Amino acid sequence: MYLGRVIGCVWATVKNPEMVGQRMLIIQPLTPELQNTGKQLVCLDCTGAGSGELIYYVRGKEASFPFLPAEPPADATVVGIVDTVHLKSPRKISAPAGNRNPTHKKGKRC
Amino acid sequence: MLIARVVGELTATQKHASHEGRKLLLVQPLNLDGSDRGDAVVAMDAVDAGVGDKVLLVTEGFSAMTAVGRPQSPIDMAIVGFIDHIDLIPGVD
Repeated sequence: MYLGRVIGCVWATVKNPEMVGQRMLIIQPLTPELQNTGKQLVCLDCTGAGSGELIYYVRGKEASFPFLPAEPPADATVVGIVDTVHLKSPRKISAPAGNRNPTHKKGKRC
Repeated sequence: MLIARVVGELTATQKHASHEGRKLLLVQPLNLDGSDRGDAVVAMDAVDAGVGDKVLLVTEGFSAMTAVGRPQSPIDMAIVGFIDHIDLIPGVD
């Protein structure tokens, strides 16, 4: 799994029938220090995460498992909303401070 | 499998039901010389590892699910062992 932040959402009216009704979020991967790393990607969502929230997502075939018995052709899915990140040395990062994108209201649905 | 070091812990209240009851750890994959190998990842703990431990990390779904005993669940990384010691043949990179 990977740590990330929800930075937006995607709407698609024409898509695979198994994906109908699933939310698609744009995710920015993060380092443990919550710095951006790598390129953004689109994930399905099984948790109800909203804009600006800190989440973790799974990649690969396992990304379709939360939706069983449906099998949407997804390769990335948000599977949890992160409350806190405890790091060994520098600091404890709690979600209320780190889990907010200044341009979005926390928990706002796309 | 990869060699990795546990660098932190995550807490998550709202998550997939299959993730309940297991620790989520932030682990940094390592090269043989101990330097960082790519970005840190979130892994499910199958051996009760803690921050600072050097561990064995599986990065593929089937092995991760088997390790934590939860088949058909969205898990793609798991910690499957502690590393006590690594012996390298001298002169081989």
